[in-house]
Amino acid sequence: MQKKRLSNLIMIAGVLSVFSFIPVAYPLSEAFKENIYKVGILKPIDSVLKVKVGDWAPQFTLPAVSGEKISLKQYQGKKNVVLSFVPAAWTPVCSDQWPGYNIVKDIFDQNDAILLGITVDNLPTLFAWTNQMGKLWFPVLSDFWPHGTVAKKYGVLRSNGTSERALFIIDKKGIIRYIDVHDTNKRPPLEDLVNELEKLKR
Amino acid sequence: MINNNNDNEKGIAEERGMNKIRISFVVMTIFFTVLSSSTLASNPPPSKGDVLPVINLSIPKNPDEKAYLGLSGAGTFKIPQIKAKVVIIEIFSMYCPYCQKDAPRINELYQMIEKDSDLRTRIKMIGIGAGNSPYEVSVFKKTYHVPFPLFADKDFSIHKLLGEVRTPYFVAIKINDDGTHQIVHSQLGDFQGAEPFLEIILKASGLR
Repeated sequence: MQKKRLSNLIMIAGVLSVFSFIPVAYPLSEAFKENIYKVGILKPIDSVLKVKVGDWAPQFTLPAVSGEKISLKQYQGKKNVVLSFVPAAWTPVCSDQWPGYNIVKDIFDQNDAILLGITVDNLPTLFAWTNQMGKLWFPVLSDFWPHGTVAKKYGVLRSNGTSERALFIIDKKGIIRYIDVHDTNKRPPLEDLVNELEKLKR
Repeated sequence: MINNNNDNEKGIAEERGMNKIRISFVVMTIFFTVLSSSTLASNPPPSKGDVLPVINLSIPKNPDEKAYLGLSGAGTFKIPQIKAKVVIIEIFSMYCPYCQKDAPRINELYQMIEKDSDLRTRIKMIGIGAGNSPYEVSVFKKTYHVPFPLFADKDFSIHKLLGEVRTPYFVAIKINDDGTHQIVHSQLGDFQGAEPFLEIILKASGLR
């Protein structure tokens, strides 16, 4: 009987190990060397949005790595705003997202848009992490304290205290025009964001 | 093992409980062993002396790129079908800071080869954008004026075949007259600059 139970358990473990560990493929830039913490496969989305397209974007003011305080309000009437929430510093997919946005400033400029990168990490962590990406042209904001307040307002704070990998486009009036709460394990293709930015001009 | 001759029911129950814990421990150990080996089971990174895994790339639509690689027609091709003695492959990503930083120096490597009438027909270069869509590859190409053909690997399928290497990763293959090939050089990052890198490739491939 014991043997039967053991073999059953082994069988269950075997089956589980096959299903739960399909390796995630992502390229890690050599820029981060061995400093990226492997998170494995996470629940794709683990929060419920509190805003929808057409809503006024919730206002916020957050400290930036540069030392300034950035408010959403300061862009009203001047720039379209792209909010890029990423789950956490020093994790695989996130480390490979903003460096891509860093080489397409021209696309943001053409669409009269500014990018605000946001995570729930504290400023020193964000400083060290973003330093590996080269000089970023966009502000990086810390939604660390009170923890994840802005992420919570938008409904993208996950149950473990990190945020979703989410993109919001807010137009010059302050209205949300696009939301992509992406599978946290995957990077949103750049063309999707660019297409949506271009729609603002139409 | 449980002693069936023991008439103390409570004792048996306790021992069963302990056995359950032991069994769970064994199962968990097996589980984690399987789990860790399954994550290690992906292809190894390309290394010297090996052959490349079979990678199908789309024949470029651009006639200049097609001519550069010595290809004709449409559809797909395999890297050793490129008309050259040596092919240098860069696994890159538009999202990778070092790939961005190195891009101008990789372009210099291309220019150095193209300026040498002897080498330009014998060494060709390509790039594969790991996890990059065709659009993302085109952004990288445009931003850094990359003169050699770049290919998209949106779903990471090529990246997986190549051992999920970090980027940039360089591989050089030597193509023999009979169409077979070997990897003669592979390196993760640390691009030395056009001249020293070319020296390494020439030596490793026996071209000079």
